[in-house]
Amino acid sequence: MEIFIKIATAFLVGGAICFAVQIVIDKTALTPARILVFLVVGGVLLGAVGLYDKIYSFAGCGISVPLIGFGGNIAKTVRESVLSSGLSGIITAPVTAAAGGIGASLFFAFINALIFRGRPKRISGKKKNPQPESF
Amino acid sequence: MYSSKEYAEHVKKTSPRSPVLKNSVKAFFVGGAICALGQALFFIYLNFADEKEAQLFVTVTLIAAAAFLTGLGIFNKIARFAGAGTLVPVTGFANSVVSPAIDNKKEGFILGLGPKIFTVAGPVILYSVLSGALYGIILYAVEVFKKLS
Repeated sequence: MEIFIKIATAFLVGGAICFAVQIVIDKTALTPARILVFLVVGGVLLGAVGLYDKIYSFAGCGISVPLIGFGGNIAKTVRESVLSSGLSGIITAPVTAAAGGIGASLFFAFINALIFRGRPKRISGKKKNPQPESF
Repeated sequence: MYSSKEYAEHVKKTSPRSPVLKNSVKAFFVGGAICALGQALFFIYLNFADEKEAQLFVTVTLIAAAAFLTGLGIFNKIARFAGAGTLVPVTGFANSVVSPAIDNKKEGFILGLGPKIFTVAGPVILYSVLSGALYGIILYAVEVFKKLS
């Protein structure tokens, strides 16, 4: 039961974040790249003021799966590392915290780039002018 | 005569739903579902890993799934429907790395795929690391100040 409630909370919180961001996209026409940057920097900010940990303790993956979690994790790692080992944490901790996401993305991107070919843009679902693969 | 409550209901029923609301509801359900899936995976992974590792495995699983679906061309179809629902979770980041990697492979592995893989990931990594470092500097300064006073 406890597990079910936790999953439902993750659904609601994660959904609410996506709901809010979709409104921002529709109202401002920000590009996806900008949205991702704002989310991750926002996550660092939330982590820095201590809000991220509070939300994470009840929402779990509802806040950590959105890219905000990437930033929140960076803030957490920076704090632990600066408080325990001082100056060096400022340089190493942000990259250390981001390592999992970056490493996995690059690894799976390369694997999939080996397997799949870029698909030519199709016009209205029909194959018109199939483009040559290479010249 | 309508009571104000009935009138509000009537307006709600007859006025067209704005696309903004419709898009946001779609984003809510798809984004929520991805987070719920992550939470379910988290509980599974907790059986053989500690909390920190389980969280990492969730991220890696979602990235791997998003990467494979991007390769199959399915991710774009879901994303067209879900909008922010697939963009905001870590799946959106994965897609932004995989998609240019696949599309620019034919420009060459070193100077095609290599730089293009960072088209979106670059700014995300740069500004997240920068803001993290800035937070570290502030934190360190505060700590030093505390010790002095």
